[in-house]
Amino acid sequence: MKEWIFTTDHKRVGILYLIGSMAAFAVAGIMALLIRAEQFNPGLGVASEPTQYNTWLYFHGAAMILGFLIPGLTGWAANYLIPLMIGAKDVAFPRLNALSVWLFWMGIVVALLTFVIPDPPDIMWTGYPPYSVKTAGNTAFYVFTVHLIGFSSILGAVNFITTIIYMRAPGMGWKQLNVFVWSLLTGLIIQLIFVPVLAAAVTLLLFDKYLGTHFFDASAGGDTLLYQNLFWFYSHPAVYVIFLPAMGLLFEIVSTMSKNRPFNYNALVAGMIGIVFISGEVWVHHLFTSGMPDWIRVAQMVTTLMISVPVGIMVMSLWGTIYKGSITYNTAMYYGASCFLLLLLGGLTGIPLAMAPLDLHIHGTSFVHAHFHFIMGIFAAFTVFGSVYFYFPKMTGKMCNETLGKLSFWLNFIGVNVTFWPLFYIGIAFGMPRRYYDYSRIPEATPYHHIATYGAIMVGLGITLMLVNWVYSAIKGPKAPENPWRSASLEWTHAVSPPPHGNFASPPTVSSDWTPYNYK
Amino acid sequence: MNIGPALRILGAVVLTAVPAFASGGGAEIADPAAGWDELWKHFLIDVTLIGGVFGAVALYWLFKYRADNINQVGTGPTITRAQMFGWALIPAFIFMADDFYLAANGWTLWNTYRTVPKDALEVKVTGSMWQWNFEYANGVNSDVLKVQAGRPVVLRMTSDDVAHAFFLPKYRVTEDLMPGRITYLWFYPKEAGKTYVTCVQFCGASHADMSADVEALPAEQFNNWLASAGAKPAPDASGGQPAPAASGEQPGGASGKAL
Repeated sequence: MKEWIFTTDHKRVGILYLIGSMAAFAVAGIMALLIRAEQFNPGLGVASEPTQYNTWLYFHGAAMILGFLIPGLTGWAANYLIPLMIGAKDVAFPRLNALSVWLFWMGIVVALLTFVIPDPPDIMWTGYPPYSVKTAGNTAFYVFTVHLIGFSSILGAVNFITTIIYMRAPGMGWKQLNVFVWSLLTGLIIQLIFVPVLAAAVTLLLFDKYLGTHFFDASAGGDTLLYQNLFWFYSHPAVYVIFLPAMGLLFEIVSTMSKNRPFNYNALVAGMIGIVFISGEVWVHHLFTSGMPDWIRVAQMVTTLMISVPVGIMVMSLWGTIYKGSITYNTAMYYGASCFLLLLLGGLTGIPLAMAPLDLHIHGTSFVHAHFHFIMGIFAAFTVFGSVYFYFPKMTGKMCNETLGKLSFWLNFIGVNVTFWPLFYIGIAFGMPRRYYDYSRIPEATPYHHIATYGAIMVGLGITLMLVNWVYSAIKGPKAPENPWRSASLEWTHAVSPPPHGNFASPPTVSSDWTPYNYK
Repeated sequence: MNIGPALRILGAVVLTAVPAFASGGGAEIADPAAGWDELWKHFLIDVTLIGGVFGAVALYWLFKYRADNINQVGTGPTITRAQMFGWALIPAFIFMADDFYLAANGWTLWNTYRTVPKDALEVKVTGSMWQWNFEYANGVNSDVLKVQAGRPVVLRMTSDDVAHAFFLPKYRVTEDLMPGRITYLWFYPKEAGKTYVTCVQFCGASHADMSADVEALPAEQFNNWLASAGAKPAPDASGGQPAPAASGEQPGGASGKAL
């Protein structure tokens, strides 16, 4: 126990991140089921009163994004994989790394206090004032959660950017990095630039609510819109902090399982760098209906649409990677293959939301809800789940049960589609608003909510099976061969499973024609 | 160096040039909701085309290139420098062309959405937790938004407490309300009929119940209602409120022209 809590080994830190983020995912997932149960019929159902439902929404959003997606990708995946992929003994600052996982866990604990304190936060994950200032709910717990996890992210970003720049194995050039390494580097640069803005925004919120300042109080010369701008100035780039590493993990799975190099690697990397440059100029699409000046709404409609250029280049690379491949399907590749479709579905449904006038009808509806769940939630979560299956032999030295893995995959994949397709439809057709516990005005949406709820139950079952499989296989699974997927990357070719502290028996060096994708 | 004036000139050129070809219709009032439905069709065609092609290719390749065993190695092409640029730049230009096509159409429709027609009926909307109040030029207050069929309606909106959003699903329009700012939207109720407005900016416990009826009445009926409601004291008019919307100002500031 003690050697885990005080560990500075990047692999153990990574696993601590994984356990923490999966715990956040599980609790937030239960909230999702409660939300779906509440929306099963119009009127108050399982919630005792509307504020309780709002608290579920708050926790679901905040915990999924801040507690699961970001720490899952930039915490677990980064920690476990980066030093191994670049052939380093550990990260650049192992003690800082330990501090960041501690902060993350404290953030999770503060978030979980939602369920024990009186008047928990009920302000959604966005925390918009003036409501978040006027509410009886304890906005401070939201602010402290953001502070802790935000600080943890900043430390992680500093650590990994340094590690990637300075600790690559001798001979390893920039064009020989795993796609995941590039995706994380670009994602963390975004993280490092924008997290402080969010921290500032929520700190001002804290001052407004508890110290009587008026940053967002219009009656005293403040501006409510200021918060929305600050919040989305971070929170849209945060989508790419999730999307980029998720793409990176996807490329590792797809490339290895189809035994093909990532198609047009250079363009792929250029695409990721392109996203870094464009990510900070698109936040106003979250404010298309917020009374921003018309010129900036039109301008950022254009910039938002332009995201399709770097993302399109990445998509070409992804598709090209399976062309003439030799694809073998394990559970990880099931998730990988499904991500092709999730990427299309989530990405293309973003187009009308980027178009300011079309957004005017769907901005506040379940169409948005379904869109960002597909691209940010499910796509990214599936890359994390797929990667846990993919790196399971590496982390545990055991094989994961494939039958159970595939069964739970199908439950998850069918389940998410059954859940969110109806929400697309009722958003457009009936204007079903988001965050409604009651939709008595729109009784025609009821059957669609029924279907969505059945889908959520399928996902609940699938996830339960998945977690059971992971725990069971970690304890009882058969011993894994050294390189079960026949990868050419350093973490498989040069380290035993699981790697010891220090990773490599002798520090690897690579030749100029080596790449992590030289399959033979 | 002060680049403010230069930027302002550049902005003025861009902002006046574009609406020049965007507007230019006749006397007929452009209906944003109809424009929305039209543009949505464009989007659906666009997305079905892209999604269909990429989806079909992905499924076909994922199926076709299955390996017999894990030791088989893929035979994906190694590309030359020219191919590298080609495979990046050609798709980039295609995607960009599509973006500009969508953006241009979007901009045109945006101007329709934000250009309030002359002689629109002006109503002041105040959102508060958790109700809507509609105030007319003659001082009438109502909790139902009654409008005249066949006449555009412009709403000048603000909030008494927290942020709300005025969402009219039938007329395909949303705009937020917040304290300390006045926002506007307009819609065109062509025919008489009933619908509702609902709040889509989270505003607390009864957010889901913050809804009101919207009724478009034939001209005569509407005028009678407005006159008779104006004759008797409004039920929920609070005493010393400032004058309502129609105080000579144009709705939404300089909103008479697009952008």
